[in-house]
Amino acid sequence: MELYEMTAAQLSQKLESKEISSCELTKAVIDRINSVDEKVKAYLTVNEEEAIEQAKAVDNKRISGEKLSKLAGIPIGIKDNISTKGIKTTCASKMLENYVPPFDATVIEKIKANDMVLLGKLNMDEFAMGSSTENSYFNVTHNPFDLDKVPGGSSGGSAAAVSAREAIVALGSDTGGSIRQPSANCGVVGLKPTYGSVSRYGLVAFASSLDQIGPIGKSVKDVAMVQDIICGRDKMDATSAIREYTSIADSLTGDVSGVKIGIPNEYFGEAIDDDVKTAVMNAVHELEKAGAKVCEISLPSAKYALPAYYIISSAEASSNLARFDGVRYGYRAKDYTDLVDMYEKTRSEGFGDEVKRRIMLGTFVLSSGYYDAYYKQAKLMQRKIAGEYKAAFNEVDVIATPTAPFTACKIGQNIDDPLKMYACDICTVTVNIAGLPALSLPCGMDRSNMPVGLQLIGDSFREDKILGAAYAYEKLVGGFAAPAL
Amino acid sequence: MNDEYEVVIGLETHAELSTESKIYCSCKNKFGIEVNTEVCPICMALPGTLPTLNERVVDYAIKMGHALNCKINRVCKQDRKNYFYPDLPKAYQISQSDIPLCENGYVDILVNGESKRIGITRIHIEEDAGKLLHATSFEGSSLVDLNRCGVPLIEIVSEPDMRSSAEAKAYLETLKSILSYLDICDCKMQEGSIRCDVNVSVHKKGTPFGTRTEMKNVNSFSAAVRGIEYEQKRQIAALEAGETVVQETRRWDDAQGVSVSMRTKEDAHDYRYFPEPDLLTISVDEKRVEELKAQIPELPTQKILRYVQKLGLPQQDATIIAENVDLANFFDECTQKGGASPKIAANWLLGDISKYLNETGKTLGETKLTPEKMSELIGYIEKNTISTASGKKIFEIIVAEDKPIKQLIDDMGLAQVSDTSELEALADKILAENEPSVTSYKNGKTNALGYLVGQCMKASKGKANPGMMKEIILKKLGE
Repeated sequence: MELYEMTAAQLSQKLESKEISSCELTKAVIDRINSVDEKVKAYLTVNEEEAIEQAKAVDNKRISGEKLSKLAGIPIGIKDNISTKGIKTTCASKMLENYVPPFDATVIEKIKANDMVLLGKLNMDEFAMGSSTENSYFNVTHNPFDLDKVPGGSSGGSAAAVSAREAIVALGSDTGGSIRQPSANCGVVGLKPTYGSVSRYGLVAFASSLDQIGPIGKSVKDVAMVQDIICGRDKMDATSAIREYTSIADSLTGDVSGVKIGIPNEYFGEAIDDDVKTAVMNAVHELEKAGAKVCEISLPSAKYALPAYYIISSAEASSNLARFDGVRYGYRAKDYTDLVDMYEKTRSEGFGDEVKRRIMLGTFVLSSGYYDAYYKQAKLMQRKIAGEYKAAFNEVDVIATPTAPFTACKIGQNIDDPLKMYACDICTVTVNIAGLPALSLPCGMDRSNMPVGLQLIGDSFREDKILGAAYAYEKLVGGFAAPAL
Repeated sequence: MNDEYEVVIGLETHAELSTESKIYCSCKNKFGIEVNTEVCPICMALPGTLPTLNERVVDYAIKMGHALNCKINRVCKQDRKNYFYPDLPKAYQISQSDIPLCENGYVDILVNGESKRIGITRIHIEEDAGKLLHATSFEGSSLVDLNRCGVPLIEIVSEPDMRSSAEAKAYLETLKSILSYLDICDCKMQEGSIRCDVNVSVHKKGTPFGTRTEMKNVNSFSAAVRGIEYEQKRQIAALEAGETVVQETRRWDDAQGVSVSMRTKEDAHDYRYFPEPDLLTISVDEKRVEELKAQIPELPTQKILRYVQKLGLPQQDATIIAENVDLANFFDECTQKGGASPKIAANWLLGDISKYLNETGKTLGETKLTPEKMSELIGYIEKNTISTASGKKIFEIIVAEDKPIKQLIDDMGLAQVSDTSELEALADKILAENEPSVTSYKNGKTNALGYLVGQCMKASKGKANPGMMKEIILKKLGE
């Protein structure tokens, strides 16, 4: 087995016992990037030299006997909307093509404090808007399981990189499913943490009240390990929760007996592909056989989550993206006659179609005379949906649903059909609307041999329960399949 | 002004709060420093940055709320006001829309000795924008200074309760003096610490209010007065000419003395307010509200009442002293701790001290004068140790130099002679030397008295106690 094929948990032991060095590992992963990224195109920036320097520094610390984090020396890839000091952070947009942040996002500070090796920046849908990574200004990322298919999105680069073994773990961001849906498409594990558990400071905002950074890995344990180091109160983010966190990775036992799993029938309707339903229910039955208790539940307002999501997220995006005006940083149109013309041309030329669509939608729903009909209603619906989840979690520990209604689509298949594209998020957006944690893990293949994702949703700050159930499933099935590249 | 008409004025006043740091980041809140030096990724709105609220701003605003008799909302929120302008890096201003921190208050103002109550609609917190620098040397382009971005502001919105420019001016002066009493604003008008937008309408008495215009760019209280007077004349002229007043935003051009239309209601901005998702709801508990209330000092209107009713000062003197927090604190210390007579202390403050401050451009704190020394000096005069004239000489020294008064009196030989026998001897001598004057006094020319006392003072080199001297001369002339 090659080093780049191993999990962070396995590599952590090898590094700790000095069986391998971080330098060897990092070189192995960079070689892997150099050999397969031509096909996958997950990376926008590979931080090759600095990554090796960082790896050497960690090795030296280890040799000198310094006590190191479990993840020290493990290479990680970062979605390109998370600010990295001195490294371009483009959001896959022409607008920020040459933008280099002068500061690190809080999660990057934590990654560095834990001596993880920063491999580079990963492709995404422009400003995290999209479900296929086709909205990247730079290039389309290919699904490692079928290069003609999309990796999903918006964290398509992150999921594809982990899937293609071009990163041991990665960070993505999830506003409506942007970690979970590409993780499902690429056969990897992705966690969208509870809103407020991971600092958003340095994450280029799409929809502030829904955005969360989260980990993607090849195994449940890897995801838990990364979540353990990135979570926590941050005084730079007023919305980060004030609470104590205990290690989730240490709590994973593989025992699922007595865990109550709720199956909401609303998530198994017509829109969901039959193969997906079958794979998801098979996984649930595996857990049931291992001692979990399965029951049907109802989340009647779930169907309103998608419209509520597109109103709230677009409204916030229209305001968050207003700062890209060509005045201080980023793209500025070349020829303009006056200030307003400069704004108009800069934004028309700097943003892609999907971003402009959302800005217009968001501007509209906040406009005087429409606010009450759209934004206010959506916020009321948000409260109702959160209430239904709260009630459900009085009955069950975990809610199981498909992550996405169908497996990865062909590249170009939905690019001209925004509504079809938006439907990819039908199973995931509700979780963001309710602020809950959820993860996607692989649960088999469909008829065309593409990975299907099982989504496990937990109550607020109960990442331990969903990761616990996921870990049990992973042990039952003996791990997840890798793509043949 | 045409007497048939009445002007209706409402003011939106912005005051910069004098907190140590800015409202949403830890940059220093400073004026007059090199451009773009107190800036950070947050106030420059770099992608991915987030605001965190400086709680001192909430405290300051609550204090103002208490001082203006407002209801303090225990739970309120912050909202985004969206618009594009190069001095606004986020392209939205964090402000408060439908739920302000303080609302439904009032303030009493004094105009020509009459008290009038002006309603306060609301007080909310928000951030200031940066400044654009236009200069020909930039080859037709403008530069942006972001130092002011994120400087905390409170916006105080009044009810349309004012009926003259004099009332508006009194209202603004009152707000200014309250802000300085609370020590929450520098109140430096020339630095833009207080700015206001003026809403003006006119209507014929007994008819409903007219259409109002909003005037921006009003940067001083005197500009507010000129702007209001211009605007009321303009609106009356329009109505008299059979035209209508258009609801619009106008810009006050103080140099030209005119208001110019900026935009009408039709092209008014749609700010698309919505709750700021990056910040939590502000909740203030009862304890905090009460603690802040306890920190409110005696405010100018209360002081004026006390000065007039308890200390017997004339209303006008009381007002001038009370409206200036430095003068008022100085006065209170002189009269309370120092035991100086209120009337004499007030005369000094409004006379020599104010004159000195005006001439030198200094503030009271910048002089060497302290309430202790001032009351000591007043004490010497009250006890007749020195004459008022000598007191003035000493004042001129101690206002500029830190010197002990007692020693000055000795060194300069200013101690008054109040010894009766010494003064009687002097009187006898002067009366003997000035027979003709004594005679003319006795013949009814009473002004000879002044001459005789003057001669005594001259002979004593000004050291004779003038009051006692006069009595002794009178007594002797009557013998």
